[in-house]
Amino acid sequence: MLKMSPVTNSVAASEWNRAAESSPADTDSEPVCDWRKFGSLCSRDEKERAAALGVLSGTVLAFLDRVAPARAENGAVKDGTPQWERESPGGGGIDKAMLLLLLRLSRNCPFRDISEKTSQLLQTAQERGVQIPQALGQGPSFFIPVEEMVEEGVVQPILREAFVSLGRLDHVTMVMGLHTEYLACFLRTQHSLLRLDGPLPYPWRHFIAIMAVARHQCSYLVQLHTAEFLQVGGDPQWLGGLSCAPQKLRNLNELNKLLAHRPWLITKEHIEVLLKPGGEGCWSLAELIHAVVLLTHYHSLSSFVFGCGVNPEPDHEGGHAFRPPSPCPTDSPRGEGGGSVPRAEALCEALMTVPSPQAEALYDSKRLPLASVSRFVEDPDFGYEDFTRRGEQTPPTFRAQDYSWEDHGYSLMNRLYPDVGQLLDEKFQTVYNLTYNTMAMHSGVDTKMLRKAVWNYIHCVFGIRFDDYDYGDVNHLLERSLKVYIKTVACYPEKTSYSMYHAFWRHFRHSEKVHVNLLLLEARMQAALLYALRAITRYMT
Amino acid sequence: MPSSNDGWSFSATAQVQRHRSTSTECGYIMCFNNSATAGTKMEKMARVTTSLGSNTISGCTMFCHLDAPANAISVCRDAAQVVVAGRNIFKIYALEEEQFVEKLNLRVGRKPSLNFSCADVMWHQMDENLLATAATNGAVVTWNLGKPSRNKQDQLFTEHKRTVNKVCFHPTEVHMLLSGSQDGYMKCFDLRRKESVSTFSGQSESVRDVQFSIRDYFTFAASFENGNVQLWDIRRPDRYERMFTAHNGPVFCCDWHPEDRGWLATGGRDKMVKVWDITTNRAKEIHCVQTIASVARVKWRPERKYHLATCSMMVDHNIYVWDVRRPFIPFATFEEHKDVTTGIVWRHLHDPGFLLSGSKDSTLYQHKFKDASRPVDKANPEGLCFGLFGDLAFAAKESLISGGGDSNRKPYGSGGDRRYPIFFFKKPDLTEQFAHESSALSVFETDLESSRMDWFVETARRYLLSGKPFGELCDHNAKVAKELNRPQVSTTWTMLRIMYSDPGNLATATSISKGGSIPLMNSFNMKEIAAGGLGSESRLDRGKGEIRQDTIHLDPGNSLINNNDENEETEGSEGPADYLFGDAELEDDDLYPMEHENPTAEEAEYSLPQEAFPLRHEIVDNPSVPEHLQDKVDSPHVSGNEAEAVCLTPIKSFSLISISQPLYESHLPASFFSPVVREMLQHYAEAGDVQMAVSVLIVLGDRIRKEEHWYTSYIDLLQRFELWNVSNEVIKLSTSSAINCLNQTSTTLHINCSNCKRPMSNKGWICDRCHQCASICAVCHHVVKGLFVWCQGCSHGGHLEHIMNWLKSSSHCPAGCGHLCEYT
Repeated sequence: MLKMSPVTNSVAASEWNRAAESSPADTDSEPVCDWRKFGSLCSRDEKERAAALGVLSGTVLAFLDRVAPARAENGAVKDGTPQWERESPGGGGIDKAMLLLLLRLSRNCPFRDISEKTSQLLQTAQERGVQIPQALGQGPSFFIPVEEMVEEGVVQPILREAFVSLGRLDHVTMVMGLHTEYLACFLRTQHSLLRLDGPLPYPWRHFIAIMAVARHQCSYLVQLHTAEFLQVGGDPQWLGGLSCAPQKLRNLNELNKLLAHRPWLITKEHIEVLLKPGGEGCWSLAELIHAVVLLTHYHSLSSFVFGCGVNPEPDHEGGHAFRPPSPCPTDSPRGEGGGSVPRAEALCEALMTVPSPQAEALYDSKRLPLASVSRFVEDPDFGYEDFTRRGEQTPPTFRAQDYSWEDHGYSLMNRLYPDVGQLLDEKFQTVYNLTYNTMAMHSGVDTKMLRKAVWNYIHCVFGIRFDDYDYGDVNHLLERSLKVYIKTVACYPEKTSYSMYHAFWRHFRHSEKVHVNLLLLEARMQAALLYALRAITRYMT
Repeated sequence: MPSSNDGWSFSATAQVQRHRSTSTECGYIMCFNNSATAGTKMEKMARVTTSLGSNTISGCTMFCHLDAPANAISVCRDAAQVVVAGRNIFKIYALEEEQFVEKLNLRVGRKPSLNFSCADVMWHQMDENLLATAATNGAVVTWNLGKPSRNKQDQLFTEHKRTVNKVCFHPTEVHMLLSGSQDGYMKCFDLRRKESVSTFSGQSESVRDVQFSIRDYFTFAASFENGNVQLWDIRRPDRYERMFTAHNGPVFCCDWHPEDRGWLATGGRDKMVKVWDITTNRAKEIHCVQTIASVARVKWRPERKYHLATCSMMVDHNIYVWDVRRPFIPFATFEEHKDVTTGIVWRHLHDPGFLLSGSKDSTLYQHKFKDASRPVDKANPEGLCFGLFGDLAFAAKESLISGGGDSNRKPYGSGGDRRYPIFFFKKPDLTEQFAHESSALSVFETDLESSRMDWFVETARRYLLSGKPFGELCDHNAKVAKELNRPQVSTTWTMLRIMYSDPGNLATATSISKGGSIPLMNSFNMKEIAAGGLGSESRLDRGKGEIRQDTIHLDPGNSLINNNDENEETEGSEGPADYLFGDAELEDDDLYPMEHENPTAEEAEYSLPQEAFPLRHEIVDNPSVPEHLQDKVDSPHVSGNEAEAVCLTPIKSFSLISISQPLYESHLPASFFSPVVREMLQHYAEAGDVQMAVSVLIVLGDRIRKEEHWYTSYIDLLQRFELWNVSNEVIKLSTSSAINCLNQTSTTLHINCSNCKRPMSNKGWICDRCHQCASICAVCHHVVKGLFVWCQGCSHGGHLEHIMNWLKSSSHCPAGCGHLCEYT
């Protein structure tokens, strides 16, 4: 039978047969759910996907055959803990990983064939009595009703591309998918930072990302990059915390701390210390630039994650549960009516709903710092502090005219890390000029003033002032609740709450709120980058 | 008075030496950087130097400390005073013989407003009491030094919404002032009025520089952040006269040539200085200088037609003076500043000897040209370049080469005679002359196999990357590599096939190629048949038969060692590789020496190092394997199609096998090999053979994870060798979207309507301007939908077939234009 099947299929199939047949005692078998093995699932070609799906379902069924009969014997299905985990301690992890993979694919895959097949498989598993994980949270964002996302989001080609190249479609990408033009730039830059040639080794890049996001206790990104870190061959020991990483990375901690919370304190001495030749863990200028871009990118990306209330991935800790769904809605105060009520109405309702206290509490409870995150942080009490409200030793205001991205930042970047300089420039421009000329229910509006006010306000929060901007406009254009939201997301994103998100711009669309978050992300990144680059320039002169 | 002779000449002598007498003629690569001619000399000499007036400028290189960083400087018409402006400074200094003397501080008041924070300053060239500044808060301010009060502020225009980047007085009109701002507008002010007289909208991002033309009364140029330069007529505020894209990224500055009406120099963030001739219909780039940092200011040097000074905005603190005809090395450099130079200005309109500069390091300098450093003196005029096919070109100072006294080098003798006479009669001022360099160029051809790149081209052409079953692709490629005498590569392909094909398929493939004998999973006892299969298999891989089985037979230990060698992939160890290849190459249908390795290994469990990971043996569903193996040891003729799988695999991972106990697995999963293969690819890529790495990646397809940057470098290489088809195939076959989209860049073809010559905007075949069908076939007069072929000479064309037929019978253009079209 095997002989007849096409090459790809049979190779993969045989591999899977083996994997499936391996007994739990077979300790040195590789983890079955290594995502890479499903390479052809991430294919544009429908046939290839179908083949890979066939393989996948074969595996799952084989696994079920092995597990489910055992289940039937002892019959204790409703016994809180997943039974089979106890039965086969060796193979348990494998099975769990596989179920989570299925769950993730069934929830977040832009290819209909895959998501349908995987949910079918999960269904089968459940019918056979296996406890299957349930995704907590609906859709990619806690704040945004899932209807908005599905309608505009999942089918777009760019998301497919993202899935094909990354092997997963994460929630951040899905939320950003509301603004495709920007998303394309963003993915290009991120791809270049993490996966193309650069001064830093691949595992380091992810570790730096983890360090950065841990400053804001963003467990979502920590988990995402922990997985990637391992995938590119990082040393698992490092994940024990900052203290387990090489000295060189630990040296970066100070800069990380400042960039995350008070970038204006960065001086050329900080750069000097890192670049000082000799001694353990000395950085080269090129490496440092790469690291700085990564740090700022991930600091501001955690702002985005909190600002948009991005839900944990289904296969992440906190993104799923093995218990059956509880009768009361687990989270969303609005997702309920979606099925029967016409969409528009549901939307309006969702827009108007005053967030219930439970929902808020639930959201906030999810954001408690996990031990897995805090071990990457030293000096956790160091946080943002108002730029303006500091007595005598106030560093002079950063004048945008004296050191701007367009003139100075770009030139330096272009010299030290050319490709990324170009990409960042494109990204800043895209986000700065992004507009649909709409505002809430009005269209044909020039939103330039408003966008500029948001941008300049964020820069101002970080101590960057424009000579030629009248800051009265900020007060005039941005309502108080919006300012509160912006400042929270930009400076201490981990404190963002559900009510803050809902308090501002009540009549605006969610995609417009995401737009604000994009401005936030980029403005924050640019501000921190400017401080770092200015320090480097000073070091160089 | 300096004579106006700044010409320089260049003569290069090329001398080609062949150190190895190869019979093939190949083109010599000649690269002369400095190929400008001294043709403009006569014109220069004819022009009379404009008088400086009675007081000749004199002075020395000197500087003074400012209190704050400067943003811009400007000089008074009589070259006796200079104004320095910055965020926290606004002062006038007098230029004395030996020093700067502060004359006036214009920054008055206890708490100066942002109006004093200057981005730019300009001193009027007609009225020495008149100054204008551009403030960072968007104000344009004029100052009248004739005012009796301490505050000299004259007029204040707050019409711009954002920072004003530049102000410019009209060179001859006293009351006309122009400003360009970050908000994208330029405004023209009449100083007798309270507000602007006209506003020019660039319809784009920020204006970075505005400059009145020195020669054309009404014209001014504006440069923009998006890379465009616009030319305006001051009388027509509604629309620019012309626009062209000058740079990639912001154009920070522009400057009109003081003498030549049509020349405009621009400098941009893309590190280029370009000189445009705008007298022609389209602005034409006539010179381009590549600098090492973004160009913040550019100023033509007075009295020197081809010289200009530049300074940079970031990183680089020096001021360079370039001869635009010799763009690769600065003519002169001023290296005094410790931070970026923000303003440069030639001290006097007609004196090329003094340059003033202000900097962020809070100093103001006067540079005397004679004190400038001349980079060319320190430069090594030697160049070295590898040609595509392994040739090496080397250019060196003539004196060096001729000094060698090597007998087979024949220096070009007459160079000296030819170079100098024109100059000597003028007694040129040496500081104003570019150094002459002449170099001798040698080209070394290679006939060393190792450094020639023929194999690369050949391999790229002949490899099959897709379109056939995996096994066949591997076999084909192995054969190609073999024929190109690259045994290691060839062996790798063979091994890959074995690793990743499963035995079932393998058997099928084999038997088919054999001609339909019996493919059998469970027929390992039918030795003859299976043997036949194997025979045909090994025949695929081989060119010439070298029978070495005796060695292998006789000395299992030996073969073992070889295998270990191979496993370590020792670079350049041709010996073992060759040797090994001998195995696969065996001609003799009766002997399958490859089988021996395995059995011997089995038998002689002794010496196998347990490297890497313990391996299971992939003996194909056979519970009786041990006996069977035993069997094989005894008789070399034993075979079976799984024996193939057994024995070929270990070529790669032989030393990994350390188990003698049979396993239940039917065979190893393909993924088992992935780490090894990945390492192997890494090895190839690092050894510089990215071609192999990428080809394997493509052929393996989904069996292994991709390395994107290998693709990019392979594609790059292919394109350098002009192997467009192959590179395209590689792009197409890559599964990474970043690579795939390379195929989608610049695929747009803009066409103009053949009637009205306007761009075709809409999608159909009818031009919406003249309502005619565009792209009509010149033969049948119908609209061409699909392939359109046209003559690049007369731009007539039509259906591919029609034109082909037409040109078979006639050599003239079918449209009757009289052009002799060629169809190739």
